[in-house]
Amino acid sequence: MSATMAIPDEPLPPAVRELIGKPVYEEQSEFPIEMGYVYNTCAATQNGNPLFWDAQVAGEITAGPIAPPSMLSVWMRPHYWTPGATGERTPLQTHFDLKALCRLPEAIVTGIETVFGEPVRMGDVLTMRQIVRSVSPLKQTKLGIGRFWSIDVETTNQRGDWVGTETYTCLGYRRTEARV
Amino acid sequence: MTAPRSLTAPEVQVGQELPPLTHHVTATTVVLGALASRDWRPMHHDKDFAVNRNGVRDIFINTPNNAAWFERFVTDWSGPQGRLGRMSFKMKTPVFPGDDMTFSGRVAATSVDASGCHWVDLDVAVSVAGKVHTEGRIRLALPADPNDNPWRRQGADWKP
Repeated sequence: MSATMAIPDEPLPPAVRELIGKPVYEEQSEFPIEMGYVYNTCAATQNGNPLFWDAQVAGEITAGPIAPPSMLSVWMRPHYWTPGATGERTPLQTHFDLKALCRLPEAIVTGIETVFGEPVRMGDVLTMRQIVRSVSPLKQTKLGIGRFWSIDVETTNQRGDWVGTETYTCLGYRRTEARV
Repeated sequence: MTAPRSLTAPEVQVGQELPPLTHHVTATTVVLGALASRDWRPMHHDKDFAVNRNGVRDIFINTPNNAAWFERFVTDWSGPQGRLGRMSFKMKTPVFPGDDMTFSGRVAATSVDASGCHWVDLDVAVSVAGKVHTEGRIRLALPADPNDNPWRRQGADWKP
């Protein structure tokens, strides 16, 4: 999916240039971290790590129950619906902003890097902020013409501890056959 | 139960292969993983959307669930005291229902940082029918010995 070819470029819209490097969308997780989602994730991956299933093991190793570190992005995702909400509620809003600003209707995540800090514990309330790090020139890819962009999501807990940073690399594109 | 024994750093050598893990992917695998990770995007549960909007052949495994599978794969090997420090991967080709996905891993490097934390860097991949669909790298902290515990590290003593 990532094979690319350079093509004649178009300048980045000013609103995109202004977004790069600026922390935006500081938000809190919509509910305190809870074990139900931990069980859902472990069940979905058949993960039998006793750290997540056995309170005594969690007590011995991590001083109490924690969430699998790889679940970091789970906590930033909004409910599909809430009272009073209109339209689709989307996580990683800067990604959708870039799709709109660059007029690239389709997008996929092509890579992700996560660095993990303090463990996420039950009852934690996390704060996330997004920072667009880069947006590429236009490229021809197998999926269509598009741009790659990278976005950091920095997360801290209610004690101010750094919990982790995720860097998403995404491709926004126009499908080749749709370009008439 | 008391904590089962975990792998310690001296037991690991560069070039060592992790035991492979194969899982037959169904639509349920994909949807279960998407909903567990609170990923409501339709390409992970709506085949019509995946085919007609994304131009792929079916719904496919989403990014955070892929990460959760990688975590399960490496901690199956390390035991519960293995602590993730860093994970990166690129999904080159989606994994669809009907695929048998196989996780593989190899120890690329071992090191000890200035705080005394023992690290292994793992090259990991997801393959279907022998073709790599996703590949990445995971940095995992392991106990130096049975009395060490990477999870106790905080602040300046945790440098992933």
